[in-house]
Amino acid sequence: MTRELAIRARGLSKHFGSLRAVDKLDLDVPKASIYGFLGPNGSGKSTTIRMLCGLLTPTDGRADVLGFEVPEHSKELKPKIGYMTQRFSLFGDMTVAENLEFIAEIYSFPAAHRASRVDELLEKYDLTEQRKQFAGTMSGGQRQRLALACAVLHHPELLLLDEPTSAVDPQSRRDFWANLFRLAEGGTTILVSTHYMDEAERCHRLAILDHGVKVADGSPRQLQSSTGMHVVEVLADNPYHAQTALINIAMVASVTQLGVRLRVLIPDSVDDPLALVNQNLQKHKVPAQSRIVAASLEDVFVAVTMNPERRAA
Amino acid sequence: MKSLSRLMAVMRKEVRQMRRDRLTFAMIVGIPLMQLLLFGYAINMDVRNLSTAIADEANTHLSREFVAGLAASQVTNIEYRVSTAAELERMMQAGEISIGVAIPHDFDRRVADDTRAAVHLLVDGSDPTIAGIADKLRNMPIAFDTSAAPRKQGLIEVRPYYNPERRTPMNVIPGLIAVILMMTMMLFTAVAIVRERERGNLELLINTPVTSAELMIGKVVPYIAIGLVQLALILLAGGLLFDVPVRGSIIDLYLAAGLFIAANLALGLFFSTAVKTQFQAMQLTFFLMLPSILLSGFVFPFDGMPVVAQYLGEVLPTTHFIRLTRGIMLREATLGDLPGELIYLGVFAIVATTAAALRFSKRLD
Repeated sequence: MTRELAIRARGLSKHFGSLRAVDKLDLDVPKASIYGFLGPNGSGKSTTIRMLCGLLTPTDGRADVLGFEVPEHSKELKPKIGYMTQRFSLFGDMTVAENLEFIAEIYSFPAAHRASRVDELLEKYDLTEQRKQFAGTMSGGQRQRLALACAVLHHPELLLLDEPTSAVDPQSRRDFWANLFRLAEGGTTILVSTHYMDEAERCHRLAILDHGVKVADGSPRQLQSSTGMHVVEVLADNPYHAQTALINIAMVASVTQLGVRLRVLIPDSVDDPLALVNQNLQKHKVPAQSRIVAASLEDVFVAVTMNPERRAA
Repeated sequence: MKSLSRLMAVMRKEVRQMRRDRLTFAMIVGIPLMQLLLFGYAINMDVRNLSTAIADEANTHLSREFVAGLAASQVTNIEYRVSTAAELERMMQAGEISIGVAIPHDFDRRVADDTRAAVHLLVDGSDPTIAGIADKLRNMPIAFDTSAAPRKQGLIEVRPYYNPERRTPMNVIPGLIAVILMMTMMLFTAVAIVRERERGNLELLINTPVTSAELMIGKVVPYIAIGLVQLALILLAGGLLFDVPVRGSIIDLYLAAGLFIAANLALGLFFSTAVKTQFQAMQLTFFLMLPSILLSGFVFPFDGMPVVAQYLGEVLPTTHFIRLTRGIMLREATLGDLPGELIYLGVFAIVATTAAALRFSKRLD
């Protein structure tokens, strides 16, 4: 990869007492791309984002964001980044337009272009009708659009989005991602944390975090092709019986039920995973069909976040 | 330039939010008026150990005996002995004494003559309860007064200074100014930062180019304006409803109030940076509010309090500001008469602001 990096972190760590919220994280985020942080709650996504914009001082390691060392030079960095907090953090007792105007003033956006920029954002983020509505009375999707409009008002080079879609409906999420792609095409680098698989799949690259440790990173396709697992899909009339039949086999790393189907992860070291599954199903007299399928991102997630012994089976 | 426009942006935002918060807005006007009406009624307390100066111009056996009797009463605490009655007036003006006892040079003759008062008692009527104890002193039994027949004119003539009609509102309102400003200023700023922290606004704000100083000053300035408006409101209502005068310079009063408001806002901001929730901020404010009311000389005369309570009272900015308001409004004192109180308020404001700025960082850890 010869593309320039927007973020480069090495050995980035944050400890809260004995808790290692983020542990020796290496991160390379190329410019003008959407980079995802995928991980369960408490995996260190927010802490990492906060360290990258200078809100938290790393316990150890270094990070270079847009050419500035953080947190030493976070003051110079602030005007160049946009940040969307996990919680809605705009002023509920001010109107949509007032919030945007306040942000414009705070970022010293040239006064002559302020009004036109606000109008442009209202238009672009479909908030023209809400212009005079108090931000506190808006729906989740509207708030999120306003938060994004505020975060991009000053044309930041880097956008840090901390679980931006956790409180909105699927349609709003789709629209939101359309906006992100438009921004990335315009040259903005976007770092977004999420715990939704479908969102992670849209990222150009992503890192999977678990208990503060980066357990995998790469493009979604790379990750799917390098799980180190066979995925066997089992279709059974009684998936519960099938699950009981398979769960206790030493060679099976995990069994996940999705409706009437089971996804069974079996390490690469097993030569004929399909035979292993079928033999055991027959032994327990469970009628089912099984086939080898490609790994989904969720399989990747399950595979990389399980404990190491089961992973090696 | 950028800094100034960011500061203005923060101030505009504060004013806008304040205006929309109807309850807060109502409190700004409502608290002073309610308190004014409530405290417009008497608070009278029994007191002892009032700081007293004696000008014994007679210096006879009889006058010394009278002074000894006065000292034994424990109501007064004779701290100074001066030579002339004029000096007593100066000391009272500067707030050094609460009671002045003037014994004229013809004291012995006056004692014998039952139509003339033998002693003049100068009483600082600007303190709510001191005036009340004058009666007690007047009826004080004195050893040599053995005549069975009642005197036509009492032995002691009381001259209440500054508040001759002894109206309680006169005493209470100057102190009330201090208490109201303390309450509203400290409460508003104590919740100012922590409210934004609770609502999540702070995480957004500290990620913008706005600096800590811009944020702090932008939040405080609108409240200084509110404090000065409240002062005007109390003075106006006090004048109209209770006839409370401002005998000294109104400019002096506003200067002193500006300093006092700054001290309280700084303390409020410090609280705001120290606590995690609005509830804690309020608790801290109330923790300081009661002593500020009870130990500042607002309710009980300062001299009448136990020594430990006096030490505590001296720490509170309210104590010093009450001395200033009473001095300026009732005793026609100037700022020059009370330099110590001004200096304390100034030092307090600077120390608290520094502490708040040091505690507030643009980081979350």
